[in-house]
Amino acid sequence: MAQGEIGISKLVLIGGSAGSLEALLDIVSNLDSAMQIPIILVLHRKSSSDSLLSDLLSTKTKIAVKEIEDKEKVQAAHIYVAPGDYHILFEADGTVALDDSEKVNYSRPSIDVAFESAAEIYGASLCCMLLSGANSDGTNGLRYVKERKGVAIAQAPQAAEVAFMPQNAIDNRVVDYVLDNKEIANYLNRLNAEKA
Amino acid sequence: MRTEIHITEEQLQLLLNSLWDLYGYDLNNYSKASLTRRVTRLMALDRFPSFAELLYKVKSDKHYLKHLIEEITVNVTEMFRDPPFYKALRNLVLPEIASKPFIRIWHAGCATGEEVFSMAILLHECNLLNKSLLYATDINPDVVEKAKKGIFPISQMKEYSENYMASGGTGDFSQYYTAKYDHVIFNKSLRERMIYSTHNLVSDSSFNEFQLVICRNVLIYFDKDLQSRVFELFDNSIEQLGYLALGAKETLKFSGIYPKYKQVEKEKIWRKEK
Repeated sequence: MAQGEIGISKLVLIGGSAGSLEALLDIVSNLDSAMQIPIILVLHRKSSSDSLLSDLLSTKTKIAVKEIEDKEKVQAAHIYVAPGDYHILFEADGTVALDDSEKVNYSRPSIDVAFESAAEIYGASLCCMLLSGANSDGTNGLRYVKERKGVAIAQAPQAAEVAFMPQNAIDNRVVDYVLDNKEIANYLNRLNAEKA
Repeated sequence: MRTEIHITEEQLQLLLNSLWDLYGYDLNNYSKASLTRRVTRLMALDRFPSFAELLYKVKSDKHYLKHLIEEITVNVTEMFRDPPFYKALRNLVLPEIASKPFIRIWHAGCATGEEVFSMAILLHECNLLNKSLLYATDINPDVVEKAKKGIFPISQMKEYSENYMASGGTGDFSQYYTAKYDHVIFNKSLRERMIYSTHNLVSDSSFNEFQLVICRNVLIYFDKDLQSRVFELFDNSIEQLGYLALGAKETLKFSGIYPKYKQVEKEKIWRKEK
């Protein structure tokens, strides 16, 4: 893909770990409220904080925010939060499936698992982003996203509270763009505008 | 760097067809996303250089089948997983069925048995164990054999003990097992109230009536059609005023049997009222 060109993303996944919450709140608050492209957040955290996270994000945007449920169809104009303690997988019919198999990279949900499964189904119409974290989860996932012609984005390490996770993806050369929070929001807004 | 071989939808279908044609295992209504991932994982684990070699192995070696089924279905479980769930069983469900002369409980999809032992401990502490029978079933013969033994790694006991206390456990968790080297074996008094067997939720029918059916984190691996068939099977296996308990992210809400059931507070537990 030529620099600056934006693909036809139908689905955006954002993975984050330690230190990603602040960044997410920042990004979400800058999203165009007419955002049509569904965004799914896959975050490492304690399972008990599920509804808390949706509630917190809701205060920053007019876009509908909800925890995604097993067998739910991914719909336009939604920000979904993947539930804690389950992996999230994607089906060909546009629904998601939850999975409680072994942790991957000490994590459930694992960002690798989510990115790889989504790449399987959405291929070139998938955009995945990796935010702050202290873990190497997400790098293999981004590699597969790129293999399947999707777009891979890392949060600029200097903008990340914990730089390790996005830096690891950058060092492994599996990233198309490196963007700070504001640029990530702008990128998504542009994606949405071009899709419309 | 991993070089995983990702299988295609067509390849998965070939594998499923073989499992059905050769062995009568019907995994067609399992989540395709989950199966795709598990088969990819299995191919990496068993070092198959290509999908064709896996398929050949499946077709030519019937002993490989058990291993394959065990690996492509998910058998992750723990004791007192999700402590508030067990607290709800202890405080809201067991008191309601305590007056029964005899208590039958079915753990459908019991995997390696951790939840069955948790339940037996709960029953023991409510003074109900001696009049209870725990039927525990799974599609995998090997995990059922494992479950039956009641032997678990000692390394897990710290976590399980914490879960137990968080679930409202009234005793000392270590009284329920004897440690030996790196494993523990749970007491015979718990094991002798359990009946283990293989049972396939896809093809086998109801085999008894229960006061409580527990099936947690099994239905998420099924598609909606199979889910609704299994709900019917459970409904046929639950007596009037009996209970159905599901996993943290599963619900009865969109099923055909929903109108007959009432949710127990905000728990993933429903009571059959019609």
